[in-house]
Amino acid sequence: MQTSRRSFLVGSGALAASGALVAPASAEQIVRGVFANGDRPLVAFPQKRPLMVLTPRPPQLETPFAIFDQGVFTPNDAFFVRWHLADIPTSIDAAKHRIRVGGAVGKPLVLSLADLRRMPAVEIAAVNQCSGNSRGFFEPRPAGGQWQNGAMGNALWKGVRLREILDRAGLDAAAKQVQFNGLERPTLPATPDFKKSLDVDVARGDDVLVAYEMNGKPLPLLNGFPVRLVVPGWYSTYWVKMLSEIMVLDHVDDQFWMKTAYRIPDTPNHSVAPTDTGFATIPINRMVVRSFVTNITDGGALKSGRTAVRGIAFDGGSGIKSVDISTDGGATWAPAALETDYGRYSFRRWNAAVILDGGKTYALACRAAGNDGGTQTTTAIWNAGGYMRNVIQQYKVTVT
Amino acid sequence: MAACAALVALVGLAATPAPEVPAAKSTPPASSKLSVTLPGELSFAFKPGPGSTAAMTYCLTCHSSAYVSTQPPLDRAHWDAEVTKMRKAFGAPIPDKDAADIVDYLTANYGKQS
Repeated sequence: MQTSRRSFLVGSGALAASGALVAPASAEQIVRGVFANGDRPLVAFPQKRPLMVLTPRPPQLETPFAIFDQGVFTPNDAFFVRWHLADIPTSIDAAKHRIRVGGAVGKPLVLSLADLRRMPAVEIAAVNQCSGNSRGFFEPRPAGGQWQNGAMGNALWKGVRLREILDRAGLDAAAKQVQFNGLERPTLPATPDFKKSLDVDVARGDDVLVAYEMNGKPLPLLNGFPVRLVVPGWYSTYWVKMLSEIMVLDHVDDQFWMKTAYRIPDTPNHSVAPTDTGFATIPINRMVVRSFVTNITDGGALKSGRTAVRGIAFDGGSGIKSVDISTDGGATWAPAALETDYGRYSFRRWNAAVILDGGKTYALACRAAGNDGGTQTTTAIWNAGGYMRNVIQQYKVTVT
Repeated sequence: MAACAALVALVGLAATPAPEVPAAKSTPPASSKLSVTLPGELSFAFKPGPGSTAAMTYCLTCHSSAYVSTQPPLDRAHWDAEVTKMRKAFGAPIPDKDAADIVDYLTANYGKQS
């Protein structure tokens, strides 16, 4: 098991040559949509295998879901991609890259990758999931990136604790938030540059990394080469790519990407009715618990008898306590077996077996619970951003 | 092994034996330089029709037409809100007349008639 996954990672890394060619349009395969306007061409972007293209510029690429059945870690060349602004550097010399640390600090810093590699290294398995993963399944459907369920991935991230960097700079007593900026730039000067901020206590957490490796390799350019922020348990909007600036603020960040974008209703399950107005909002933050079957697709056909069901589960960092499966749409449940624990931020693989009778249809379902008591919702939440979906997934199958 | 120990220390798996973590090597890249060529628009393009020139002029400055064509069929009010967001929040320099033409174009070609 170990050996085969390891060799898989090595094999996929070997494809990650710089300047890889893009498949010509004539070679496009299409993944057919599961919602309106959901067809996606499969195209190999640089350092990537063919992925589902939501948008080519700026690139938004989705991982085909079958990949998640192949191992607990998502290969770098299959990892989803999401940029906000179109001016993305396509040529980077990591040796010349610098991270500037300034603002409300005692001593501003300019750090190179070599500086980071001289600091204590930490490696953490963590899920990186887009805030809007599964947005295409919201009903009514909000505007935004129309993802199925593949805007997520699990990787082993290696880097330096952000806290080490902040401590070297020395935070002023007035420090409130830490703001992160990367090399991605807008095409128009009037467009707000993409910056995200974390409260100081979150930024100084044990597990927040400035990461220069992903699954033992340099990050692909489209995943933030040469260095990105890793905020385990939090949605990937905070995982700023091509990290170039760490600015300590003496106030709560009030720029567009914090004050206006990526806000969620401050309501139970962060859900509202489409007609609701006047509710308070907060910045999106920690992920909610989810689980998926990875070896069976909704609408699939199965043979009668004993059938293996397997999948993944993850949450916002408390770790998975349990996964249950159902063959009757959630009326009754039985526990699944949890597989190897790679840490509380990682995908947790699970498996179960069910007996299915021929000539019937079944609604398979899976549900996970976190160690913090978090559970999945039985009916889908709704908010205008299309964020934080974690409804119990159902898989209707026909058995012959 | 060092990687494995770091992981266990961080996540505090008190009750669980140390998981076997793939031994991620930390060899620096042979070259520190990385250059790629992004594919541009691929085969995505705005549908032809009245208003498509304004859409191509202003929308394509910042993003592919796929940002429009992959949306669910939105009604006029939602397309109007999107165009307004592009002008007000993202600073797109679209004159009023062209903005109105773009809303008409999006509603007619990518919209829901309601």
